[in-house]
This record gives sequence, structure tokens and C-alpha cells, in this order.
Amino acid sequence: MKILTLLGLFSACFLANSINIENSAGQFFSSGHTNNWAVLVCTSRFWFNYRHVANTLSVYRSVKRLGIPDSHIVLMLADDMACNHRNPKPATVFSHKNMELNVYGDDVEVDYRGYEVTVENFLRVLTGRLPPSTPRSKRLLSDDRSNILIYLTGHGGNGFLKFQDSEEISNVELADAFEQMWQKRRYNELLFIIDTCQGASMYERFYSPNIMALASSQVGEDSLSHQPDLAIGVHLMDRYTFYMLEFLEDIHPASKTNMNDLFKVCPKSQCVSTPGHRTDLFLRDPGSVLITDFFGSVRKVELTMDAINLTDPIKQMEEKVFPQPHSDLTDNAVTGSFLCFCWVWTAL
Amino acid sequence: MAAHRCSCWSWLLILFSLSVFVVADIHETTPVNDHHGGVDHNAQTAEQTADQPAVEERRWEATEVKEAATVDAAADIQGTSAPETVVPSSVPQPKDDFQEELVIRPLHSGDIYASFQFRTLWDTDFMRENKVSHYRLFPKSLGQVISKFSVRELHISFTQGYWRTMQWGQPFIPSPPGAELWVWFQDSVTDVDATWKELTNVLSGIFCASLNFIDSTNTVQPSASFKPLGIGNVTDHSFLRYATLPREIVCTENLTPWKKLLPCGSKAGLAVLLKSEKLFHSSFHSQAVHIRSVCQDWQCKTTSWELRQTLNSVFDLHNSGQTKREWSLFKMFSRTLTEACPLASSSKLYIDITDNPQGEQFELSPATSLLSQAVVLGDRRTFSVYDLTQETTFGSVRSLNLLIRWKSNEGYIHYEPSKDRVKPHLLEMLIQLPPNSVTEVTVQFERALLKWTEYPPDPNHGFYVGSSVISSLVPSTVAMHTNSTRERPLFSSFFPCKEESSYFVRIYTEPLLVNLPTPDFSMPYNVICLTCTVVAVGYGSLYNLLTRSFQIEEPNPGLAKRIANVIRRMRGVPPL
Repeated sequence: MKILTLLGLFSACFLANSINIENSAGQFFSSGHTNNWAVLVCTSRFWFNYRHVANTLSVYRSVKRLGIPDSHIVLMLADDMACNHRNPKPATVFSHKNMELNVYGDDVEVDYRGYEVTVENFLRVLTGRLPPSTPRSKRLLSDDRSNILIYLTGHGGNGFLKFQDSEEISNVELADAFEQMWQKRRYNELLFIIDTCQGASMYERFYSPNIMALASSQVGEDSLSHQPDLAIGVHLMDRYTFYMLEFLEDIHPASKTNMNDLFKVCPKSQCVSTPGHRTDLFLRDPGSVLITDFFGSVRKVELTMDAINLTDPIKQMEEKVFPQPHSDLTDNAVTGSFLCFCWVWTAL
Repeated sequence: MAAHRCSCWSWLLILFSLSVFVVADIHETTPVNDHHGGVDHNAQTAEQTADQPAVEERRWEATEVKEAATVDAAADIQGTSAPETVVPSSVPQPKDDFQEELVIRPLHSGDIYASFQFRTLWDTDFMRENKVSHYRLFPKSLGQVISKFSVRELHISFTQGYWRTMQWGQPFIPSPPGAELWVWFQDSVTDVDATWKELTNVLSGIFCASLNFIDSTNTVQPSASFKPLGIGNVTDHSFLRYATLPREIVCTENLTPWKKLLPCGSKAGLAVLLKSEKLFHSSFHSQAVHIRSVCQDWQCKTTSWELRQTLNSVFDLHNSGQTKREWSLFKMFSRTLTEACPLASSSKLYIDITDNPQGEQFELSPATSLLSQAVVLGDRRTFSVYDLTQETTFGSVRSLNLLIRWKSNEGYIHYEPSKDRVKPHLLEMLIQLPPNSVTEVTVQFERALLKWTEYPPDPNHGFYVGSSVISSLVPSTVAMHTNSTRERPLFSSFFPCKEESSYFVRIYTEPLLVNLPTPDFSMPYNVICLTCTVVAVGYGSLYNLLTRSFQIEEPNPGLAKRIANVIRRMRGVPPL
């Protein structure tokens, strides 16, 4: 008797869900994000780590160029290279020798700088647990429809990343921070890029859904720097980020390049280390994920066929434009979930 | 029985979860086209939306827009004048004014000091009940800071470098290296420390600086200095807070938000000159924001808020890679001026020509006829003025590139560096000394060690540096004869006399005895003795230990025994 009721409820639930499976499948495979955020972190201090600041600033530049505004970018630089007294060209950070590209630019907003770049502040930014007096520009105000790009660079090892030569963040801590973000619905999809030695170890421990990760080298390999500049006296960029910047310079806000092309950036012949990636936690196929889903800020446009009369007083306008809360889709979802809950409850 | 109880609870929970799902679904769905909803749905939604506008209206603040709307409706019915003329009677329009100026002062060392000041005056009351919502020239972010934190005065500065008073004189707006913030709060603030903490956090977001490191460990309440620079009775220094962060760096990320506070931004007026690549390539750079209340007239019946943004910079002649002593706007800022800020009531460029009254030291081009005098820092100084609001200032090329060229002869410097063990240094200078002054010539040197054979027998005495020589023509009080063949006593005819009015003089300074680092010459002897002793003691002991073998030796027997042994040996019998 009990088994029959169970089967009946189970089939009813299944039936209800199958009605809207085509609709949800269509939604499922398009990216469901409405806004983009970027958290770009450089964790190294001292003049000889100039290249890490140049790495972060070149990603910042690309992300800004593709449309993400400063209010949606949290930029953390652990040391000041541009106005460092050892910089022969003040207020500039170059990414290429012969001083071709100044990635520092004229309109840069650094949210966390110097001693503020710590493991604690980084984790607080990700999880949103900041003191109430923190200004907006220092907060990651993402919601469950945000696509977030997280870029880390610095010195790292097997399972850790060094912050300012005095503390480390481990891959377990990072994975737990992402799980907190998932539980609090602080992201829709997350792209994690890391350019350090043994970078692949940092994404080994991720277990939250909808995360795609890229690293510049595998465990046991070192990420190498690109080229020194004799006038400045230090290495200007790391190889992986240099080739990634070259790749991103070809992207424009309307381009349809997808993630599979990003995975091919910097093969072993150019990078000397083997870049790696991880897509098992990501629900969509990487071939259908556009680069601009994470690096750009492409907004969805919804068309309406009704004309809206702007000269009417505001009161009347509210009645017309307020969205309809009910539709067939939601009805099915409600009954389907109600029946599933019944089944679960009786099964227990 | 158990099943009944279970089912009751299950129905209750099911109902609860259903309501939860329904509410959640309303929030999750995206707005769908109207023609999807059926007729039966419309009745429901109409009821719901009827509630919404009432709620929305309650949240609206009383602003001029609503009054204008009702007045507009009335005006439409009557069909008369435009609504703008009706509104001012209910809401007074606050008057605001913006001025910009740049002062350039050439310094004696050849460097040049540029000081920008941008001032916005606004007579409004931030402390009134209704929030100020219409901003024109005054930046909204700072206006909201003033009203939210009940600020009476705010002074914040970011500086890179240290001001060299001896070489550069006094600055117009002094500031310490790093970041400095001092604030006077209004009397109405109850918890000044909490407000101070929140204010520093908000300012760190506005200026992209680490001002959140300001806490009780680096905040003080000065009791005697830092009195308010604006109006107001000075009462209680418990409303004053002062903090400084000497480690704070200044870079483009601080300049960018500072420029965005200006009404014209960095697009027009004097602010187009503010390019970070040149500004930070200077010996001194300081940018500051000062907010205070000032009197509008000398009777001080009404007050207005003043916002001053200042930027001081000292450009180094040699650092910028210049050989000639010549400065222009393009060399300093890599830009020229093309127009004044259209929102500015006055836009002027001042050049300090006090040391150049007849134009004998340097010349300005393009020339200007406007002159002004001002008393600054206790000194009356004269300035050449360029008014940027006039079209004629920019000439036919529509841009102003001010050029300051020094006229005086540079002086001749001849320097030959030394070559080790071949030749010495030679420094020869031809200079014009100003009267009643002290001129110092300094040369940096390092002490080095010589090879041990190059030292004299008494190296601790030191090494001599010869006298310096000054040769000069000194004006004479008596006219002299230039004819050298005349009969004169020997003591007055050594130096040839080329001119009547001046005579030649040569002055020698004292020689210099320099103490150089001297090695200890007794050291080789000491080292040899010590080493040999150690080696001998060590090696000798070891050798003895390893190679010494012990043999048993019988003691010497007595005389009687010795004779007996001799007899026994003769007999062939073993001895005793």
C-alpha cells in the first residue's frame, strides 16, 4: 500500500517536472547572469615583483576595456610600483619592453593597496563579511545573477599562495570561501584564474558548483616570467599573463570567442610550464561560454512591445509596468516542487 | 496512531512550504510579456499593484520635482508661463561660484614651483533638516560627507616628498609627507570618535587611499594648534581630530578621484595640465582638499561653504633632463592651455616676477601687460597675470604655452675627473657672486683604501689636499695707471694692471688634512707569531701523541750491585 502511494507520488512529481523541462533546458544552457564583477589581486611586495603588479593591471585594463566599470572591479595591489622611487618612469607600469603599453593608465582606481592586501581582507571581500563602515568601492556587492572573475597572481607553492611575503592562503581556505559564496548565493558563475608557480594546486580542492578554473602551471612546475627590461631593470610580466593579454587584446565586446580558445592560450612551447584548467564543476559546456561572459559586461536587453507614456504622472505608470508574477512556468514549478516535497516527506 | 500524527504534521508543513515556494517564485521569475497572462490573472494583479504605488509614494522625499509637477498641472490648465519661474518662490536657488588659478614661481636653484588652487563657493546650509539634493559645481560626494558626518571643517592632504625650505622658500599651502587629515566636527555630534572612524573609512573610499588605518593609535586632539581656519567661535577642542599617515603613497589612483571632484573635471581649464606622468616625476608633489565655512561679506551676515582643492608641485631642472635653464608649460606638464573652464567665474595664471623687475634675469613669452601685487607670507610680491577667460590671451594659435627663459650667462664650469694613480681632480668655476651673500660649494667624496705599499711610513698623520684658489678682479677705490713701463717700486708692480678701475687679487684657502682609513701595519707580524705558535703547539702535541712510544727502563742499581754484576758477567752467569 505504502509502496503504491510512493510510486504514485513519484510519477506525478516526475510528470510535472517533465512538462517544463524543455523550457528550463533552454534557460539552463544560456548564461543566466545579469551583471559582471571582477576581483583582481596582486599579492607580492617589493620592487623585483614588478611583474605581478603588471600582470594584475593588464587584466584590469582588459576588463575595463570590455565594459566592466570601476564600481564593479575590486583591485588589490600589494605594493606601489608606479610611483616607486626606483621606477625610472614614474606613474607608469609597462607590460612590454620598449615601453609600448602603459597598463597603469590615467584612470585607475585601486581599492585595496599596500598593507591592506591581506588574506583576511581578501576573504572578507569574497564572502561579504566586511565592517559596516567599509565604503562601496571596497565591497563585492554581487548577487546570485553575477558572473565573477577572480584573478590571483604572486608567488605560490603546492597548495598555497603567499601574501606580501608574510602570510599564506591555502587551497582549502579558498575552496571554503567559494562554498560560502555559493551558500550565500553570491555568484551565478565564477571564473578563477591564477598565475603563480604550481598554480593548479590552488583549484584542486574546489567543491562548489559553477566554478571554472585556469592556472598557469601544474603541480611541481614553476611559472616563468617573460622578459626583462634593461631600462627598468626587472622582469615586466609573466609568460602566461603576457600571452593571455595578447589574446584578450583581440576580444571586443561583441566577439563570440569561447572558453575553449582561452584554454589553448600559452601552450608549453611558449610558456615552458603546462597551463591547466578545471571544468568539472561547471554546469555549462565550456564551448558555449563566451569570453565576454566573464571579462566583459554585456548586458541583456529585453524588448517590450508596449509603448510607455513618460509624461503621465508617476502613479499611473506604476500600474502598467509592474511585472506579472504568475505564468504557466511558475505554476508547473510550484506543483512539481510541492509534489516532490510530499514524496520526500512520506518516504522519510 | 503514529501515522495520523505524522500526516497532520505533514499537511501543516506542506502548506507552509507551498506558501514559501509561491513567494519565492514571485521573486525569481523575470517579467514576462503582458499578453501571456490570462484575464483571470489581471484581477489579482490589479489588486496587488494597487497596494504598491501607495507604498512607493510614502518613500518619496519631498523634492522640488513634485511641487513643480503640481504647479505644472495648474499652469497647463491656465496655459501661461513656464514652470521655472514659479518654483523659485518655494525653493531658493543656492548660488555657487568656481574660481581657478595657477601660480608659477621660478626658484633660485633653477627649479620651478607650480601651485594650483581651485575654489568652489556655495551658500547653502548642509545642516538643515531637508537633505540638499541639487548639486551643480560642488561635488556631491563631499556634500554628502559634510551633511552626514556634521563636519565643520575638513582638511586632507596627500604629499610625496619633503619641502626644502632652504632651497625653495615657503610654500603657499604647507603639508607633511604622507597623508594628513584634520577635522573639526559640529557641536551637535555626540560620539566624535565613532563619527571620526566612519569618516575616515568613507574618505578612504573616495580618495582610494588607506585612510582606514587611521584609528585611536594615530589620532590626537591638539589643544593649542590647528584652530579652525574658517569662521566660528572656537570652543572645545574635543571636536577636533588630527591624524597623519607618513607611510601613505600618492599616485595616479589618488589624483584621479581628486580631479573628478572639479566641476570641469580634467577636460577644460587649468586642470588639463594635471597629467600624472609629469606631476609624479617631480621633487615634490602635494594635493589637498580643504572645506570650511567663510563669510560672504566683511560684516559676516551670511556664510557660505568653501571647497578649495590645491596642488603644489616642484619640478627639478636636472631631473627632467634639461640642459638649458628654460621652462615652459609644455616642458612642465606636457600640455598647453587652450581655454578656461566654462563654469569658472575667473581663471588666471600668475607668474612671480618679484626678482625680475626689469626683466634682467628671465623673460616671459608671450608677454602680458597685466600686473598685480599681492602680500603673501609677509612679503609684497609682484605677479604677471594671464587671464584665461579672455580670448586674446591665447593668440592666433588658440593655445597658451608660457615660456620662461633665463638670460644671465650660466657661468663656466670646467671639471676633469681623476684617474687612479695618474692624475688628480680639477674643478674650475667662473661664477658671479651676488653681493652680501654667502656661496657654498660642496663636493661629495668617498674614502678608499690604498695598496699597502703605497702608504707612507707615518700613515696615521693623514693626507694633504692643497689649497683652493680664488682669482678675482676687485674694484679699486683709486684709479691706477695701466702703463707698465713706468718707474714703480717693486712691491706694487708684480701683477700687470689691465684696467684702471679694478685690480687683480688671488686668494688661497687653507690646505686640508684628511684622515684616511689606515690599516694596522703591525698586523702581519702579530698574525705570523700567533699562527706559528698555534700551529706549533697544536701540531707538536698531536705529533707527540701519535708517535711517542713508551719503554720500560730499569732504575740504576747501587755500586755494590754493579760490581757483583761485573763479576757475574765474567763468570757467565745472568746478572742480578
